[in-house]
Amino acid sequence: MSNRLNVLKTCKLYIGGKFSRSESEHYFPALDKKQKPLANLCRASRKDLRNAVQAARKAQSDWSGRAAYNRGQILYRMAEMMEGRREQFIAELERAAVSRRRAENETDTAIDRLVHYAGWTDKYSALFSSVNPVASPHFNFSIPEPTGIVGIVAPDDYPLIGLISLIAPVIAGGNTCVVISSEKYGSIACTLAEVIHSSDVPGGVVNILTGFRADLIPHLATHMDVNAVLCAADDPEQKKNIQESAHLNVKRVHFYDGTNWMKEESQTPYYIMDVQEVKTTWHPVGI
Amino acid sequence: MSEKELTTRQSLRFDELWSYDPAPESPDYVKIKEQYQLFIDGKFQEPESGNYFDSVNPSNEEVLALFAEAGKKDVDKAVAAARKAHNGVWSKMPAKERGKYIYRIARLLQERAREFAIIESMDSGKPIRESRDIDIPQVIAHFFYHAGWADKLKYAFPGVDPKPLGVAGQIIPWNFPLLMAAWKIAPALATGNTVVIKPAETTPLSALKLAELIQDADLPPGVVNIVTGAGETGMEIVRHPDIDKIAFTGSTEVGKIIQKAMAGTDRKYTLELGGKAANIIFDDAPVNQAVEGIVNGIFFNQGHVCCAGSRLLVQEGIADELVQKLKMRMETLIVGDPLDKNTDIGAINSKVQLDRILGFLSESVESDQRIYQTKCDLPEKGYWCRPTLVENVSQSHRIVQEEVFGPVLTIQTFRTPAEAVSLTNNTPYGLSGGVWTDKGSKIFKVGKSIRAGVIWANTFNKFDPTSPFGGYKESGIGREGGIHGLSPYLELS
Amino acid sequence: MIPDFKQTVPIDQIGVEERVARFRTRSIKKESKLFALKLALRMVDLTTLEGMDSPGKVRQLCYKALYPHEIDPEIPQVAAICVYPNHVKLAVETLKGSGIHVASVATSFPSGMGRLESRIDEVKYAVEEGADEIDMVISRWAFLKGDYGYVYDEIAAIKEACGPAHLKVILETGELETYDNVRKASDIAMYAGADFIKTSTGKISPAATMPVTLVMLGAIRDYYIKTGNKVGMKPAGGIRDSKTALHYLVMVKETLGADWLDPDLFRFGASSLANDLLMQIIKQKTGHYQSPDYFSIG
Repeated sequence: MSNRLNVLKTCKLYIGGKFSRSESEHYFPALDKKQKPLANLCRASRKDLRNAVQAARKAQSDWSGRAAYNRGQILYRMAEMMEGRREQFIAELERAAVSRRRAENETDTAIDRLVHYAGWTDKYSALFSSVNPVASPHFNFSIPEPTGIVGIVAPDDYPLIGLISLIAPVIAGGNTCVVISSEKYGSIACTLAEVIHSSDVPGGVVNILTGFRADLIPHLATHMDVNAVLCAADDPEQKKNIQESAHLNVKRVHFYDGTNWMKEESQTPYYIMDVQEVKTTWHPVGI
Repeated sequence: MSEKELTTRQSLRFDELWSYDPAPESPDYVKIKEQYQLFIDGKFQEPESGNYFDSVNPSNEEVLALFAEAGKKDVDKAVAAARKAHNGVWSKMPAKERGKYIYRIARLLQERAREFAIIESMDSGKPIRESRDIDIPQVIAHFFYHAGWADKLKYAFPGVDPKPLGVAGQIIPWNFPLLMAAWKIAPALATGNTVVIKPAETTPLSALKLAELIQDADLPPGVVNIVTGAGETGMEIVRHPDIDKIAFTGSTEVGKIIQKAMAGTDRKYTLELGGKAANIIFDDAPVNQAVEGIVNGIFFNQGHVCCAGSRLLVQEGIADELVQKLKMRMETLIVGDPLDKNTDIGAINSKVQLDRILGFLSESVESDQRIYQTKCDLPEKGYWCRPTLVENVSQSHRIVQEEVFGPVLTIQTFRTPAEAVSLTNNTPYGLSGGVWTDKGSKIFKVGKSIRAGVIWANTFNKFDPTSPFGGYKESGIGREGGIHGLSPYLELS
Repeated sequence: MIPDFKQTVPIDQIGVEERVARFRTRSIKKESKLFALKLALRMVDLTTLEGMDSPGKVRQLCYKALYPHEIDPEIPQVAAICVYPNHVKLAVETLKGSGIHVASVATSFPSGMGRLESRIDEVKYAVEEGADEIDMVISRWAFLKGDYGYVYDEIAAIKEACGPAHLKVILETGELETYDNVRKASDIAMYAGADFIKTSTGKISPAATMPVTLVMLGAIRDYYIKTGNKVGMKPAGGIRDSKTALHYLVMVKETLGADWLDPDLFRFGASSLANDLLMQIIKQKTGHYQSPDYFSIG
C-alpha cells in the first residue's frame, strides 16, 4: 500500500452527450456493499429530467434515420469500449454489489449482450415486417418504426446487465432514451455513460440520470413528450404511478421486474419490438 | 380573360335534368324482435336488473328494438362463462377444430350477408352501399382470415411458444358495429381466447344477430358472450379482475380512462382510439383520383371513421383547382335514406353526435371560417349533416386540432414537403395519413416522416384483414389485423 | 395557350377503376330509367363499318335510324348514322329532312396509315358528299413514339379540312394501353380543335370501356374549366346492353353534369345497343320482358 491519496471521481449526470452536475446541486452518497461511502452522485431534479427528455427528442430523428448498419456498428463499438474497461466494471461491481465471480460473469454477459443487439439492428425489421396480401389491387406492407422517446427505470438487482439489457434493444431499434438508474448502483451507470460517450453514440441518444426514483418517476411518467416507459424496478406503488400517468398521452408501458437478466432468454428481438410501432403502407398497383 | 378568371367562372350543373328515382333495399324479410336479451353462456338471458334501453334508427328516429342493460352481476356471469369455456373447452380443443368453428361462422355470415347489411344500415344510419359492399364483406373476410391462423400460430412468432391469454373483454364503437365486432372476436377466438364483448349502446342490433348466428354455428357455450349496455357496462368489463385482456376501440378520451383503470393490474390491453389524419395532395398528384380519395377519406361512413382524412393539406399551386373540383364532386353526393342503394351519405349515428358536429360548425362560423355545404335536400326526420368543407382555417383552430367524427373537412395549404409533414404531425394523434403524388420516392420519404400507423399513398380508407391497423401516439396501442394483430392476444414466452 | 403535352396530368389506374365500380352501383329505376333509356337512344350513332357494306345495307341502316320501332310513336330517333365516305351521299339522301346526322369515318380508317395529304383529301371528299360529322383516327405510331407535335398538327390540319363539319377524333385507346396515354391523347386532340373525342374504331379490342371513358371525361372537364369550351365524348365499340349504357350516362352526369346529357355532347358508337335500348323501353312501358323477335334488325 502506498501512501498516495486516491483521486475520487465526481459522478455526473449524462445529458445530451455532456456530463453535467444536477441543476439543483443536490447530491447523495452511493454506498459500497459494506455500506461505506463509495462516491457522491448527483440527485437529478425534475428539471434535469426535462432537459434529458429535450435532449432525447433532439437526437431522435437523426438516430432513427441512421442506417440500421450504422446503428449496429455503434452498438458493437460500445461493446468494444466495454471490453476495454472490463476490469474497471468488474472492480466496481465487486466493490458496490456482488462477488468477484458474479461481477466477472455480469460484465462478460453485458458485453456479449451488446454484441447480440448490435447484430439485431439490421435484422429485426426483416423478421417483423410483412407484405400483406390484401384482396384489392394494392401493394401493402408493414414495417416496424421506433416508438420515439423511451423512459427507462433500471432495476436494482442487476446493476450492469439490467441497464444494458434495457438500453440496448431500445436504441438498437432507433429510439432515444432517458434512463433513471438504480438508486443503489448509480455509480455503475455513470461508468457506463462514459463508455457510451466514447463509442460514437450521438449525444442525446442515451441520457442517464442518477437520483431518487420517487423524485423522477412522476415527472417521467407524466411527461407529454415521452412515448414509452420501460420499468424494471419492482416497487408496486411506482409501477402503479407509471401506469396511471401513462394515460395522459397514451404512453406504451412495459414492466420487466422479476426478470433474470443474466439468462440467455432475456435477450430477444421481442424486447426491441416492445418499443416499435408498426406502420402499414398502401399503394395502388397499376400502370 | 386570364386562366384564373376562367377557372372560377366555369361551373357544372349537377342538380337538373336527370335525377335517380328512389331505389330502396327492402327490409321486409329482415326479422327484428321487439326485445333482445344478453347472450351469455350460449343462451339468451334476461338482465339481472330487468332494465332495457332502446336503439333508434337514426334516419327516422323510430325505435328499432329494446336491448338488455347489463350490470355488474351480468358481466360477472358472462366472465364466468367465458372462463369456464376457456379452461374447459376452447383451450383444450385442437387448434384446427377451433379454426373450423371460425370458418363456419364466416360461411354462415356469407349466406346471410344481405340481411346483416340491411340491419346494419337501419341501426347505424350508414348507406346500404357501404354496409353491403364494405362492412359485411370485410366482416366475413375477417373471420375467414383469422380462422386459418388458429393452427398456424407457432409459425408466426419465431423462437417462442405462443399461448392464449384467457378471457378477453372487448368494447367496440358505433361507427362499424359488426365490423368492429369481427375485428375483435375473430383474432381472439383464433388465438384460443374466449370473449366477453360489449357493442355500443346506439348500435347493438347486428351484434345480437351475430349471437343468433353463433348459436346456429354450435359454437361451444361461453366462448363468445355478448353483453349490451352503455359506458357503465363497459367499465364493469374494464374493472373485472378475471379478465386477462381488454381490447377497446373508441375515443381517445375513453381510451385514456381505460388505460388509467388498468393501473396496478397485470392485464394486457390494446387501444384503437381517435385520429385527425391529414390527406396531403402534392401538385404532381393524379388530381382527379385525389379528389375521389379526399371524398372517400372524409365522407365515407358520414365521416364517422377514426382514420378519416379530416384535414386536407393541398400544395398552394393546385389549391384553387383542387377545391373547385372537390366542390363539384360533392354536388353529386346523395344524402338520404340509408337503405336507398344510391345513397352516398346516410344518417348521422345519433342526436348526440349530430349536436357535437353542429357545435364545431357553429364555432367555425363564429371564428370567421368559411363553410361550404352542398345544396342537397335533407329528409325531415332523422339526423343529417350535409357534406361540409371548412376553409379559411389555421392549425390553431379547434376544428383542425380535434376529432369532429362527421362529414366535415378542413382545408389548409402548404408550400413544401417539409411544411406538409410538420403540419401533418402537429397533433397528438397518429392513426393514419394520406399522400398523393406521382413521384415514388416522394411517397416513401413523406410516408416515412408521417408519425402514423397507416399510410395511404394515392388511395385512402382501405381496409383488409391481412393488413395491420392501429395508431401511434394518442391514437392507440397495438395493432389489429394481419400477423401483427395476433400478438396482443397471445402470451409470447 | 397550348400546354406541354409531355407534362400532362398523371392518372392513377386503380383510382379510376374504383370510381367506375362506384358508378356501377347506381341503381336506376322507374321514371328515371325510362328517361335515361330514351336519352341513350337519342345519343346512338348507328354504325356500319364493314368491307361488305353495300348500298342496300346502308339504306337499311338509315331506315332503322328513321324508324327504330315504328309501332311506338314515342320512340325517339337516333343521333346519327356512321358509314364509310363512299356511302355518305346515299345516307344523306335517305335521311334528308330527318335531322339525323351523317357521320363519316375518314383519314385512312381504321389504322390511319396513309399519307397525310391523302387522308385530308378523304376528309374533304366526305364533307363534299354531305357528311356533317367526320370521325378521324390519330396516328398512333407517332403518338407512341412520343411525337406529340405530329399528332397535334395532323388533327389541326384535318380540322381545317372539315370546314363546317364537326370533327370527332378517335384515339384508339386499345392501342394506347395506359390511361396516362389516353389522357395525353385527349388533351392533344382537344387543344388541336376536336369537337368530340372518341375512344375507338371498333376494330381493336378492347374498344370503349368505362374507365377509359372516365379518363376522357375528366380531360374534357379539365379542358372546359381551363378554356370554357365544351368538347363532346363518344365511346364506341363494345357497348351492347342498356345497363352498361345507363352506367355510362351515370358517369357522364356525375362527372360533367347535365349539360353533357345531350346528343350534341355525348354519343354512343354502337349498332346492337339500339335494339337493346328499345327492348328495355318497351319493358319499362309494358312490364313484360321482351324478345328480340319483336324488334327489327338494322
